[in-house]
Amino acid sequence: MKVSYFPGCTLKNKAKDLDLYAYKSAEALGVTLEEIENWQCCGGVFTTAKNEVATKLSSVRALKEACTKEQPLVTVCSACHNVIKQTNHAMQTDKDFAAKVNRYMNEDGGYSGETAVYHYLEMLRDLVGFDTLKEKVVNPLKGKKIAAYYGCLLLRPNSVMNMDDPENPTIMEDFIKALGADAVVYSMRNECCGGYVSVESPDLAKNKSNAVVNNAKAQGAEMIITACPLCKYNLVKNGADIPVVYFTELLAEALGVKEDTNE
Amino acid sequence: MNNNKYLREELLRQSGVNPKKCMKCGKCTATCPAFDEMEYHPHQFVSMVESGDIEPLLKSESLYKCLSCFACIDRCPRGVEPAKLVEAVRLSVIRKQGGNRLSADDVPSLLDEDVPQQLLVSAFRKYSK
Repeated sequence: MKVSYFPGCTLKNKAKDLDLYAYKSAEALGVTLEEIENWQCCGGVFTTAKNEVATKLSSVRALKEACTKEQPLVTVCSACHNVIKQTNHAMQTDKDFAAKVNRYMNEDGGYSGETAVYHYLEMLRDLVGFDTLKEKVVNPLKGKKIAAYYGCLLLRPNSVMNMDDPENPTIMEDFIKALGADAVVYSMRNECCGGYVSVESPDLAKNKSNAVVNNAKAQGAEMIITACPLCKYNLVKNGADIPVVYFTELLAEALGVKEDTNE
Repeated sequence: MNNNKYLREELLRQSGVNPKKCMKCGKCTATCPAFDEMEYHPHQFVSMVESGDIEPLLKSESLYKCLSCFACIDRCPRGVEPAKLVEAVRLSVIRKQGGNRLSADDVPSLLDEDVPQQLLVSAFRKYSK
């Protein structure tokens, strides 16, 4: 199976692990990630204002390329996923916005939201299947107590993201179980880490991040997994004393493709 | 007041929010992770924009504390989507000349060796035009 892939700025720099292990693991699962040609940064956050057009064009370009190749578009970073999926939804539902975008882009055929957008976790659940994933695991992570940290961007707004129940999600826990580990459920798993506010209100980010880590630890977690480089940064920077790891790294470890990646 | 009437309509149009749907239950504010840092809370953005009392919001630090976590959007039982209104008010400030909250000159002081690119692009998207 071939899918279009949008890595995003951070995955080519500070979060190279997230990208590299996504590739290696997909390969092991029989999925080829075809990187969007000349992709541009998604901008990190979706601007909800209806009259904000130019900042959403990079997402539309990526969506349009996947559409031309008749492939689903797969993202890994929570922020890229949120921006691209919300932009796609706006192209489907907001006619004025879509018309402005298409006039701006002036490309053959235009674009009106035809591409299916999958987060990598959704790709594992819906295209590969957690049962198939389980069968491909060569190094089951038995006995490890792992807490999934969803944060905000994977789940909300639910009317658009539609990934899982936004208040009681299971996709990351099912992922952890498929790898053979124990999933730790805790109440702060879908609360905010503080996000970009850490640039000017570090104390706010610290409070939010510590609340997440402390809650996960209180429920017995030995490790936290995330799909978001900013969540990871905030949790680690603010003193998480258990490992905070990208979910793709855990996946690569379970699939036995982690070791040969340290070139 | 005429100015405020125009601004109010502009904010409602660009956010798509209908504040009349609000039943003032306060759930948006109760769930807001930035509550402690905010002078005006999400429910106040809704009621103050609705009544045209917008000036205090334009000057408030609360504009820059919203985390864009979409919690108030998802948890509102009436689908009011307060964060979209917070965003619209913030944009009306930073879109003005000289309204930028963050400039490229600020970046070196924000960096440590682990700062993800995502942090900076998100902050610029929120604080500058």
